[in-house]
Amino acid sequence: MKKSSVTIDGNEAVARVAHKTNEVIAIYPITPSSPMAELSDVYSTKGEKNIFGTIPEIMEMQSEGGASGTVHGSLQTGALTTTFTSSQGLLLMIPNMYKIAGELTPTVFHVAARSLAAQALSIFGDHSDVMAVRQTGFALYSSNSVQEAHDAALITQAAALKSRIPFLHFFDGFRTSHEVSKIELIDEDIMRAMIDEDLVYAHRARALSPDNPFIRGTSQNPDVYFQGRESVNNYYSALPDIVQETMDQFATLTGRAYHLFDYVGAPDAEHIIILMGSGAQTVHESVDYFTSKGEKVGMIKVRLYRPFSLKHLLAALPKSTKAIAVLDRTKEIGATGEPLYLDVVSALNELRESGELGFSMPKIIGGRYGLSSKEFTPAMVKAIFGELLKQNPKNHFTIGIYDDLSHTSLEWDRSFSIADDKTFRGVFFGLGSDGTVGANKNSIKIIGEETDNFAQGYFVYDSNKSGSMTTSHLRFGSKEIKSSYLIEKANFVACHQSVFLEKFDILRYADTNAIFLLNSPFSKEIVFSKLPSKVQQEIIDKKLRFFVIDAATVANNSGMGRRINTVMQTCFFAISGILPKEEAIAKIKGSIQKSYGKKGQKIVDMNNAAVDNTLANLFEVNVPSKVQSKTGMTPLVKGDFDDFVKNITAKIIAGEGDEIPVSAMPDDGTWPSGTTQYQKRSIALEVPVWDPDTCIQCNKCVLVCPHAVIRSKVADKAILSDTPSLFSYVQAKGKSFEENEQFIISVSVEDCTGCALCVEVCPAKNKSQTNLKAINMRPLEPIHAEGAKAWDYFTKIPAYDRSKLDHTKVKESQFLEPMFEFSGSCPGCGETPYVKLASQLFGDRMVIANATGCSSIYGGNLPTTPWRKNDEGRGPAWSNSLFEDNAEFGLGFRLAIDKHAENARELLLALRDQIGAELCDAILTCKQNDEPEIFEQRQRVEELKKVLENIKSKESERLQTLADYLVKKSIWLMGGDGWAYDIGYGGLDHVLASGKNVNILVLDTQVYSNTGGQQSKATMTGAVAKFAAGGKAQIPKDLAMMAIAYGNVYVAKVAMGASDAQTVKAFVEAERYEGPSIIIAYSHCVAHGYDLRYGMDHQKLAVDSGLWPIFRYNPELIKEGKNPMHLDYKGPQTDVKNFMYQETRFKMVEKLNTDNAIEYLQTAREHAKEMYKRYKNIEDMSSVQEGEI
Amino acid sequence: MDLTTTYMGLKLKNPIIVGASPLTATFDSIKKLEENGAAAVVLHSVFEEQINYESREIDHFLFKGSESYAEAIGYFPEVTLSNLESEDYLKEITRLKANISIPVIASLNGVSKGGWIKYAKKLQEAGADALELNITYIPTDTDTEARDVEQLYIDALKAVKEHVSIPVGVKMNAYFSAPAQMAKKLVDAGASGLVLFDRPVHVDIDLEDLNSIQVINKSSSKDLSETLRWSGILYKKLDVSLCASTGVHSHEDILKAIMSGADAVQMVSALLQNGAGHLQNVLNDLTAWMEEKEYVSIEQMKGSISLAHTSNPAAYQRANYMRILTEFRF
Repeated sequence: MKKSSVTIDGNEAVARVAHKTNEVIAIYPITPSSPMAELSDVYSTKGEKNIFGTIPEIMEMQSEGGASGTVHGSLQTGALTTTFTSSQGLLLMIPNMYKIAGELTPTVFHVAARSLAAQALSIFGDHSDVMAVRQTGFALYSSNSVQEAHDAALITQAAALKSRIPFLHFFDGFRTSHEVSKIELIDEDIMRAMIDEDLVYAHRARALSPDNPFIRGTSQNPDVYFQGRESVNNYYSALPDIVQETMDQFATLTGRAYHLFDYVGAPDAEHIIILMGSGAQTVHESVDYFTSKGEKVGMIKVRLYRPFSLKHLLAALPKSTKAIAVLDRTKEIGATGEPLYLDVVSALNELRESGELGFSMPKIIGGRYGLSSKEFTPAMVKAIFGELLKQNPKNHFTIGIYDDLSHTSLEWDRSFSIADDKTFRGVFFGLGSDGTVGANKNSIKIIGEETDNFAQGYFVYDSNKSGSMTTSHLRFGSKEIKSSYLIEKANFVACHQSVFLEKFDILRYADTNAIFLLNSPFSKEIVFSKLPSKVQQEIIDKKLRFFVIDAATVANNSGMGRRINTVMQTCFFAISGILPKEEAIAKIKGSIQKSYGKKGQKIVDMNNAAVDNTLANLFEVNVPSKVQSKTGMTPLVKGDFDDFVKNITAKIIAGEGDEIPVSAMPDDGTWPSGTTQYQKRSIALEVPVWDPDTCIQCNKCVLVCPHAVIRSKVADKAILSDTPSLFSYVQAKGKSFEENEQFIISVSVEDCTGCALCVEVCPAKNKSQTNLKAINMRPLEPIHAEGAKAWDYFTKIPAYDRSKLDHTKVKESQFLEPMFEFSGSCPGCGETPYVKLASQLFGDRMVIANATGCSSIYGGNLPTTPWRKNDEGRGPAWSNSLFEDNAEFGLGFRLAIDKHAENARELLLALRDQIGAELCDAILTCKQNDEPEIFEQRQRVEELKKVLENIKSKESERLQTLADYLVKKSIWLMGGDGWAYDIGYGGLDHVLASGKNVNILVLDTQVYSNTGGQQSKATMTGAVAKFAAGGKAQIPKDLAMMAIAYGNVYVAKVAMGASDAQTVKAFVEAERYEGPSIIIAYSHCVAHGYDLRYGMDHQKLAVDSGLWPIFRYNPELIKEGKNPMHLDYKGPQTDVKNFMYQETRFKMVEKLNTDNAIEYLQTAREHAKEMYKRYKNIEDMSSVQEGEI
Repeated sequence: MDLTTTYMGLKLKNPIIVGASPLTATFDSIKKLEENGAAAVVLHSVFEEQINYESREIDHFLFKGSESYAEAIGYFPEVTLSNLESEDYLKEITRLKANISIPVIASLNGVSKGGWIKYAKKLQEAGADALELNITYIPTDTDTEARDVEQLYIDALKAVKEHVSIPVGVKMNAYFSAPAQMAKKLVDAGASGLVLFDRPVHVDIDLEDLNSIQVINKSSSKDLSETLRWSGILYKKLDVSLCASTGVHSHEDILKAIMSGADAVQMVSALLQNGAGHLQNVLNDLTAWMEEKEYVSIEQMKGSISLAHTSNPAAYQRANYMRILTEFRF
């Protein structure tokens, strides 16, 4: 059989098999499994057929619950069906998993195993999700590497068909799903040989069919249900042997042998580690190392975890075993141990009881490791073996953390390494989207596919969507690579952005004598002198060979703009010595042709030019023997912060979060608000600078700034003394301001991401130079220090009195202090301007339920939090429950707060005589409809609290705890379209129907932005998205119309870029409406494919094209005898193409299928007209008077 | 009535070619033009910058924001794009050639030699009967010399000519200091036809938005003057086909163009205004006029009032009007 090697990641390795061996695939996005679904969609869109000669049908569902239901249905009607998921998604599938297993239906669910949301969400890998479904009746099969995942996808598919038992095939999220590795591909003929078509027919024959009718899924009673559950036992007891037979068959065909329990180590091993998942690779590698040193150790990789075969475990375990450590990558609180540990304990006990064990019962301890992709290294393996040697080893231990609270953790020797010198280890630091990761993936491909070397790549991203640091860990070598952990000692370190060197200790990764490559604008003569002293010291101490390239200049001169991927890749090959230089260069050029050939000769030429220019501009630096610099590292946090920020937040920012001990962690998931202000990231190359003379004081720049870095204030001239040089002000315009009042705009240059939305939205042009506006982008560095001073000065100027401002006016609303600032959202984000606006208008009385998605990530992804409080200590209280339940979660807030308020009012009445009638009545009758009324109510409540202190009674005590609820609270349910249109729609609909006073803000980007742009029901016709690789053919769901149908729901559809005035009005009206309100806000997004500095222009185009109607439907007006429907647009004003073809998401359809492109445009055109007719009809109908009906 | 003419070696059933425009952008529209009597079509232009820009643009935006965050390694599906080099344009030519009988002239717009040549070859392979090069270069640099600009045109033409065997025409602009010599240089470099003239997009200023803008300015019969002058001057001076463009709206404009020396005309604005049916009307009017004036063929009148054959050469030669009492020879 011919062998073909490819370098791909775990998700692709699985998808390639799953797509070939199934007929129907139901999908839903969830990290880190989404790429399996995305690839399946792409394969089918391209027309790739499965091994049965037909193109699998791909169906995206509204949730994983929906996907599992569809899988169940498809299986019941006889199609080979699969799905992919992770974490919460898997939990949503549980009910159907019981059904599928209960009905003995063969299928395989492929799971990239991930943590579950508990005290916090985590997207990273562990077995919490998988362990939560071990009782469903699914067989659980673990694969530990990319190759194994590829193989297991086929083995489980074949075994499922043979056994009729459904399988859950899992592999570690990120570590395996996203690790790029060189693997051998399974040939299609092998797949055909493994999948017995008679079993496929048998599956089909069991299908529901009117041609062979029967009933499945009855309701059973006490008389027979129990027996029914027991009726399947024989299938499960037969399964282990079936799986082993299938593995053996696979081994015959491919040469790759697997066992239910694979033993590795000394034949006479006394100390054994048992585990599953990618950590098993690390233990395997470590055991090889220790046994080579003569140690009697071994390990068992558990592959088939459910059903758990005692017989096979026993066969794998050496008779010499004295002590076993069972490692679980999950935590089961309150149990006598984690699941795998308990299984091993009970298995060996049972074997001992039955007399089958055949040797003395070994000591067994259990431990937890690697939760949420926590590193698990050979040093930790050594510590565990060390523990087993002890007389009384610690049971229920943890490894990889420092648990100073309940003292579970084992110590490990951080300097211990088994890194093999024959394996090349490179670590590369890049800026998100600078091409570093892509270049590295490409290098892996070149080395993996064009040489005999093994290759491995793993990529780490930070928690920001803008200006993030990427770290690539690459290993190459002639030996198979089993190291499933990050590189700690690299022989090649590349820093693709010199600014990182000043912030992070990058050279701690460098081994002695390593090569260090730096991308720097400085020449080889002076570059060393520009480094911080710590870095210089490390270069000298570690005897590093230091190379420098000015990649930005080389890339730019080669026509590549800011993309330095090809340049840095060429440097890597030129100096790493991994391949002979000439050969490497030829291979890079070959791969350029392969990657870019389709994109046009121009791009190929540019890249080739970049390769040649690189070689001419790459220099080795003469390293002096002594440190020359006095420059220290750039501090990562600034400002007046507390110990929490110092000890926790700052550590996480510095990349030292692993060192934080258990005792320092908040135990219930509660974190302080407003810590983004301390993390001055200074990531923008250019920042806005205000020109007061040109400014017309409209405050639009303040409104649209996604990161709240542009702010305006009005202040008395008298207080503006000793102003910093970059601090400007000008006489405030407008009749609400006094003559002494000055208008100020200030920019936090260190928090700006440089998106330039502000410049584009600025309506004022310089009269002498019309290419200048009242706010213009200028390079950061020359004004960095002065800009920061100006901002500092600005923050100390008091905020304008809220109660004196008209909140319904754009300009005045922007003097309100934002309580959402400096988030990690993308530069130019279209969502955050709305979020910030809500925080300005209602922040001091807001409680926010935030659906999982972009807004929960930039809103709550550690280390820092953008939601903050004002000087009075008030501000938004924010929480994220889940993706699917956000509306219900927020409704819960409303119910509790209403209950508190009602109770407070009851107590107030009960204590009326003691408190005083005047105060009580004033509190009870205040409508709190506007800012002054709320302000007054707050004053009254403060007075009440004072009065209550002197009233000693149970009622008074109760009222003291509830008094604050007498001030209006604003409940906001926020999330994206994935939540509102799809997964959370059922709950959202119920909340709308409840009549309760909640405000729903849908940040509608028309895709699942956070997971990388999968289509939702909001996706517009003709847009290419993941899961709609050929462009979406259907029209989007009209969520607004569905909400209007209730009649008592305030509904607004807004687009800030089309009408900011309408947007602000809608927010104020929605909040004021005493019932459910929903605002659907057009949010431009990086997934739309254009320069987001034009985001607001595109919003306007979307509205002008008629594809995004804007209007407000206010049921309050019905009571006043007015028309509740107000259209804020005039119908389609420009052809849809003028909007659509400005964005890559639509335009690329032209490059995929011209006929479809024409058809989609026509559908969109008609849809725009239809919507206008629909809304116009409502407006016209609504003006019909009562008497006319 | 013999309306036939020959342009760049292509036999045309009448002198009306529909010029590069939205009218020649779709198959259905071209089919309609043929039905209404068009003798040939110049397809809408493929812009060199567009070919290059589009592929770079899409590449840029598909990549933008990717590899930055663990949950969203990219924002678009990994699809294989095609048509990035206007492959559809090539397919359209092939489809047209199979379905219509009039000549199809492909049009390329740009200045550099680079990717263009490859594309010209592809156009020929796709079945184009001829190529029309629209070389438009606005020398904004104060150091650029006139000769350099001229050379740019010559080089581009030569490069294309080296790679194709079908006739290549050049759409000239009217702003050369010495248009006649420039025309000669182009002919020497291999041009089989000269289209007089290109009508560049106009510049305007938007007083509302305080910005400079581009405006497409449709021609009228009044714009025919420069075309008449230069076809009249160049007629018989060079071994090249001449095509009158800009301001050809009516049968009268056609007659004037042919009489000045053009072999054919290109019509666009009049058709954009009046639709494809206008072609029939113009052809009917043309025939009627010729019948009335007892002309038997287009060939018969070609160049009859050119500089060489006019009784009033001063009209072509003089920039300013001069009252001349009598004509006499020195």
